[in-house]
Amino acid sequence: MTAGRTLGQFYPVASLLHGLDPRAKILGTAALAVGLFLVDSAAGFLLISAVVVLLVAASRIPPGTFVGFLRPVAFIVALTALFQVFFSREGELLLEWGFVQVHEGGLVRGLFLASRILLLVSTAALLTATTAPVALADGIEDLLSPLKKARFPAHELAMMITIALRFIPTLHEEAQKITRAQAARGADFSEGGPIRRARALLPVLVPLTIGAFRRADELAEAMESRGYRGDEGRTRYRELRFRTRDALVLCAAALVVFAGILL
Amino acid sequence: MNNRNHEGSRHGGPPVVSCENVSFSYLDSGRPALGEISLEVRAGEYVGVVGPNGGGKSTLLRLMNGLLRADSGDVRVAGFDPAAEPFEVRKRVGMLFQNPENGLVAPFVEDDIAFGLENVGVSREEMRERVRKAVRAVGLDGYEQREPHTLSGGEKQRVALAGLLALDPEVLLLDEPTSMLDAAGRRGVLERLEALRGARTVVHVTHHLDELLDADRVLVLGAGRLVADVSPERLVSDPDLLRDNRLVLPTALRLAAELGLGPAKLRTPEDLAEAIVEKSGARAR
Repeated sequence: MTAGRTLGQFYPVASLLHGLDPRAKILGTAALAVGLFLVDSAAGFLLISAVVVLLVAASRIPPGTFVGFLRPVAFIVALTALFQVFFSREGELLLEWGFVQVHEGGLVRGLFLASRILLLVSTAALLTATTAPVALADGIEDLLSPLKKARFPAHELAMMITIALRFIPTLHEEAQKITRAQAARGADFSEGGPIRRARALLPVLVPLTIGAFRRADELAEAMESRGYRGDEGRTRYRELRFRTRDALVLCAAALVVFAGILL
Repeated sequence: MNNRNHEGSRHGGPPVVSCENVSFSYLDSGRPALGEISLEVRAGEYVGVVGPNGGGKSTLLRLMNGLLRADSGDVRVAGFDPAAEPFEVRKRVGMLFQNPENGLVAPFVEDDIAFGLENVGVSREEMRERVRKAVRAVGLDGYEQREPHTLSGGEKQRVALAGLLALDPEVLLLDEPTSMLDAAGRRGVLERLEALRGARTVVHVTHHLDELLDADRVLVLGAGRLVADVSPERLVSDPDLLRDNRLVLPTALRLAAELGLGPAKLRTPEDLAEAIVEKSGARAR
């Protein structure tokens, strides 16, 4: 599973970003995300882009790998940007070819939209790539724990995320195994139109789903017999430590967002 | 299996597990899974449980840690009724399941071993220490940061065992822990279990009689009834009992029986070879 590292995967190296408290990273990412929706100037986008580039450098993820993280969204970004470019009729007319017109306003908007989405995805990718899944779940639980008073199931949510992370590779392997078993019996997954191919997947999905339910049953038994009873009287193995540098990073993120909005 | 001097040793400790006239039926079945079972396991005993599929072996274990509740009769484990106070029982009783894959909760080995400790509220410093010890006890040093899906079946089962040992349980319930493992994985797990003999009370359900040759006692469950409560030596030398309960002798013992050698002391192919040499030597003389 080391082959296709894609969006949302943890990239385990030691770096400044990896060492930060997950809560600082989650809040920082949230701040940048909100900021990106409010930024409305080329200078603002340049500033945030520069910060993201710096963060990628600080994360010690090879730039090529990081660009690879963004590939899944490239098509959507290009499509929405082109949509703006061709269908907006604001500002000076720059180009006309048949019924296609490109206006200055559309070009600017297209560029802004593309940078907005790309930067948003980049910050999210930075968060998941530099934060171990368990730490991410712990951070989410901790940040949401004030809501426990309002009966929000923060612990359950974190446990669900942890279990999902634990079983994604297992289910992925099982799906491959079933696919091969079905292929060995003559199932064909690569030919025909989309509907036919989707239908060919049915014999994979049915056993996979049934298997997942069986696993869930056994997992519940195992968890219960290991004394699990939800949040009650539970301690945590992993320690979250909010240090000075976490506070500094968070302040820096807020400053960047303000600067980006004001510019 | 090198530790072979235990046969015949009977532990006289107080009973840790006791069942009295325990009956249980599954909702969707007319026939009781267990009918009027009475048994006792004393502290430090290693008790095997065998019998045909559907005989009630797994049901019995699940009654012992409160995953199931008996219809009638009394179950007491470590001083508690598992149906009434499951948490108190589960703090003291660890259960190892057939499929280790579906028992591991956390995305990393050390986090999974810590899961049970987190549940009972152990402090963080103590957790680290206990996790470290448990990892060592199952021979998985250096595996702390591995992800479960990268481990072999035997390694996963050893992680699961470490998760139980970290809680320092009085009783270990083993529900066919080697049945889904390959030969090497099975050997690895059995070696770790062997090391626990005497130190903990163990109830071991299995289909492999050879895993129980060193047990203090073997319970034979058939059709929900306790058919026999005998020493492993008695069991392997009672062909009727074996046949009636569809129990298969380990290959070495079967061959020894066919050759008319005494069945009791033969565990490994080497033992058997020696016995054969001895016998043919005696005849030549």
